Amino acid sequence: MSTQPALKDWPLWEVFVRSKQGLEHKHCGSLHASDSAHALQMARDVYTRRQEGVSIWVVPSHLIAASDPEDKELMFDPASDKIYRHPTFYDIPDEVGHM
Amino acid sequence: MDARVKPAVAPADYLLHLADNALVLGQRNAEWCGHAPVLEEDLAMANQALDLIGQARLLYQLAATRLNAEGARMRPSAWPAGPVTEDTLAYFRDDRDFRNYTLQELPHNPGLVPAAGGTRDWGVSIVRNFFYATLMEMVWGQLAQSADTELAAIAAKSLKEVRYHVRHARDWLLRLGDGTAESHRRVQAAVDYLLPFTAEFWSAGAVDAQAALAGVDVPALRTAWEHAVDAALQEATLKRPPAVDGYVPQGKQGVHSEHLSYLLADMQSLARAHPGAVW
Repeated sequence: MSTQPALKDWPLWEVFVRSKQGLEHKHCGSLHASDSAHALQMARDVYTRRQEGVSIWVVPSHLIAASDPEDKELMFDPASDKIYRHPTFYDIPDEVGHM
Repeated sequence: MDARVKPAVAPADYLLHLADNALVLGQRNAEWCGHAPVLEEDLAMANQALDLIGQARLLYQLAATRLNAEGARMRPSAWPAGPVTEDTLAYFRDDRDFRNYTLQELPHNPGLVPAAGGTRDWGVSIVRNFFYATLMEMVWGQLAQSADTELAAIAAKSLKEVRYHVRHARDWLLRLGDGTAESHRRVQAAVDYLLPFTAEFWSAGAVDAQAALAGVDVPALRTAWEHAVDAALQEATLKRPPAVDGYVPQGKQGVHSEHLSYLLADMQSLARAHPGAVW
């Protein structure tokens, strides 16, 4: 008996979980699954069995376009000396609460 | 309160039937631990085994409370001294005392499934889980309304768990049936082998009369169960094997296949060799 063929065919999925306290879904890992329902089921068993979450997203990994680590300097370094972009020069009324 | 109206209480023997079903299948499914096709499914099967063992514990605890209250019942000499506990019921009863359906105790690749691969066949485990979980979703659903409030609370908790078990098993049934030629052939063989064992769900036995007292008429669930199974088989492009009029298993009456004793030996030997051991 061999389980090789099925495993090779299963695409990779990225898993995002929203915790009870969390405001947004956070990336927590990836897994191989045959389809989206299967990926959700596996994500439930792998990533939420210690009550880590109340909602799960799964996304096919190949649909995520990622920036190239080689481009780090040209992409991100130019922002480092522009502190005036941080909204720290405004007075925020207390009633606004968490921002 | 009218003294003639006794509070509804499920008979302890019925609680043991429910508990044995859960414990024996939980023990069986735990055999996948470390052996499932992929890591994620290893966790999925172990999670479900733990759900079942958790259900069994609650039911044994409730049964033990009621047996201790009855007091007068004959106690097997092998039982440890002192009050009956969940451990007494799980570890010190013999195969003839177990009231689980025979379906629960069958190995994952009985020699009778010629298509089964390896020492455990995923298809056999999936089909069994599907048949049993589909039944229990209905049973727990009704018991959640039981006038026996303690049993109803266990049922309400178990209902959430079993709904997930149904989804897991059904999804896999579809995936295997409508998958490759090899997966179709093997899961069909599992259906052909296991379906006749479900006849025991509907045969009249002592536990079914007790079930009615607890608030569920199991044989009356047959039509809905067959409908749910047929729909899944059809969607999975599987065929229902022709009905056989033959021997109906009697595990729920204590008459088991040869497989239960081995399972119990595995599960009980430590507790019996070291009664009261804590680890």
